[in-house]
Amino acid sequence: MAARTLFDKIWDDHVVETLPDGTSILYIDRHLIHEVTSPQAFEGLRLAGRRLRHPERTVAVVDHNVPTSDRSQPIEEADSRNQIETLERNVKEFGVPYFPLLSANQGIVHVVGPEQGISLPGMTIVCGDSHTSTHGALGSLAFGIGTSEVEHVMATQTILQRPAKNMRVSVDGTPGAGVSAKDIMLAIIGHIGTAGGTGHVIEFAGSAIRGLDMAGRMTICNMAIEAGARAGLVAPDETTFDYVRNRPFAPKGEGFDQAVAYWKTLASDEGAHFDREVTLRAEDIGPTLTWGTSPETVLAITDTVPDPAQETDEAVKAQMQRMLDYMGLEAGQKIAGTPVDVVFIGSCTNSRIEDLRMAAQIAAGRKVAPGVRAMIVPGSGNVKRQAEEEGLDRIFLDAGFEWREAGCSMCLGMNPDRLTPGQRCASTSNRNFEGRQGPGGRTHLLSPAMAAAAAVTGCLTDVRELA
Amino acid sequence: MEKFVTLSAIAAALPEANIDTDKIIPARFLKTTQRTGLGKHAFDAMRYLPDGTENPDFVLNQQPWRKAEILVTYDNLGCGSSREHAPWALLDFGIRCVIAPSFADIFFNNCFKNGILPIRLPREVCDELMGDAQMGSNARLTVDLPRQVVIRPNGEEVPFEIDAFRKHLLLEGLDDIGQTLKHESNITTYEKRRDQEKSWLPTIHFD
Ligand code: SF4
Repeated sequence: MAARTLFDKIWDDHVVETLPDGTSILYIDRHLIHEVTSPQAFEGLRLAGRRLRHPERTVAVVDHNVPTSDRSQPIEEADSRNQIETLERNVKEFGVPYFPLLSANQGIVHVVGPEQGISLPGMTIVCGDSHTSTHGALGSLAFGIGTSEVEHVMATQTILQRPAKNMRVSVDGTPGAGVSAKDIMLAIIGHIGTAGGTGHVIEFAGSAIRGLDMAGRMTICNMAIEAGARAGLVAPDETTFDYVRNRPFAPKGEGFDQAVAYWKTLASDEGAHFDREVTLRAEDIGPTLTWGTSPETVLAITDTVPDPAQETDEAVKAQMQRMLDYMGLEAGQKIAGTPVDVVFIGSCTNSRIEDLRMAAQIAAGRKVAPGVRAMIVPGSGNVKRQAEEEGLDRIFLDAGFEWREAGCSMCLGMNPDRLTPGQRCASTSNRNFEGRQGPGGRTHLLSPAMAAAAAVTGCLTDVRELA
Repeated sequence: MEKFVTLSAIAAALPEANIDTDKIIPARFLKTTQRTGLGKHAFDAMRYLPDGTENPDFVLNQQPWRKAEILVTYDNLGCGSSREHAPWALLDFGIRCVIAPSFADIFFNNCFKNGILPIRLPREVCDELMGDAQMGSNARLTVDLPRQVVIRPNGEEVPFEIDAFRKHLLLEGLDDIGQTLKHESNITTYEKRRDQEKSWLPTIHFD
């Protein structure tokens, strides 16, 4: 058989049938659902008199709408409460396993899946949410789908798809001080652009990627979608197997050994064809952040804000100026030293225990700068509990951070955690679009360590100065 | 999805071009959890006065068009966003067929997904059908999908074009799901093999 990529292997393994027009019926191993994109899909099933083909291959959580404050209080916003209550009725009626709001396991769908061993290597995983690419860190083919497709998966446990093209992004070398997975991924997006991965599934490879823990790999794959890719992948290896072993829903004993034997066959073959290859050197990447309203507008923290006058393309020039105006920045100014109002450490990109440890290291023994609101929002109830066991909550609380309940929180303006117009936020989330964190809000995407550094200094800061 | 074979129903004329998805269903109604129930907000801005009462001048508030199942408009019907809420709102109101000289792409596709037949006919023909649609209780058109004709009250037959595959889906009442389920035996075969080869794959049950 011809040499195949990791993507090719998972794809081939899940094709039920390829139709004459080239579309494949692709089998879905795991379907994750949440309160925002599922209600009409459930209703569609109900109207057609259909059931879920495999409720036991499906898991539901609430995350987007949930408040991250005191959970003993009822949810105030009526629309949000309704979406949550609707999900609760639906999972009951259709028999779908569900982590309710008050479950210790509740959290952001893309944190909960891997954490529980619900998402495993070699699987096909879908969810009505674009950041489903996160689960690709395990070496699974994971992508976001629309509401009609959610219903299709519910009814058939399959999806209609055409194969993607293969792209490989290799990062070799050893990252320098203050550089984590987030910096690497921002640098990659800055390099290939937000359309760089269009039509492709990106396999992340190279020694710097191999050297990342699973949380770091999830950060990378999470943002594959920000590079335009359909999905991100990292080949499963010993780091993966160690992570998966003993997760609540992972296979156990002999089953686990069989699974590992299979997972080991998935790595891209020597000489497999990639339609596009990109290589970066880890040593070239410093602590990185965004300055504009697209994830590709990245800078090293030591850089100055770019000047539209240097651009020849009029459309690009105008767009840059619009971004500068929206962000309240001047061309040519040093990005470091820009004051921030809010610091948000959380989201499916950077809310795992490893992320919180990185932030705590910077926060320890320091104080949040006066006038800055700094929030830590763990990705799941389990992350929160573990952090408390490790005493991270004390470090954050002593420093003046808010220590909140798990959810999407300030990643998007769908729950009460929102920026007000003009507020500048150092955020570990994944999208800096206009209004993403609240109307008029200004977002700088950066790593948990850089976010913590901004919190304690009150401005965008080179984390290496605090090490 | 409900089959679409022949439809003999009241037709309403909305002699406007560029009726966008926001006009069909305003953005503030998208926070719903339902596909149904949007009918009362269909054409909200045209249908209701600022105080919330019905606008008596709007055709869908008048007899017999309150029961219209066919809508005839001018060019570029359904332009704007990709929201599936637009066809959901029409369907919930009772509309099963929309006729216009041209449609926005995504809206056109979304109609088929939801069992609504969109028919492209030249502007002059739409004018004639609009005339028919203004004949009060005689404002009845018949859409015969198998024969691909619209039959006017005077008995004249107006032929229309439709993609054979889409015609088939509508006639059979098949959505994508229905199509895929035709391959169900292959899905079952795949599952048997999968369960054998990957017996370690966990299923999810909470106590
Ligand atoms: S944390 Fe943000 S990006 Fe992730 S699922 Fe929630 S809203 Fe989407």
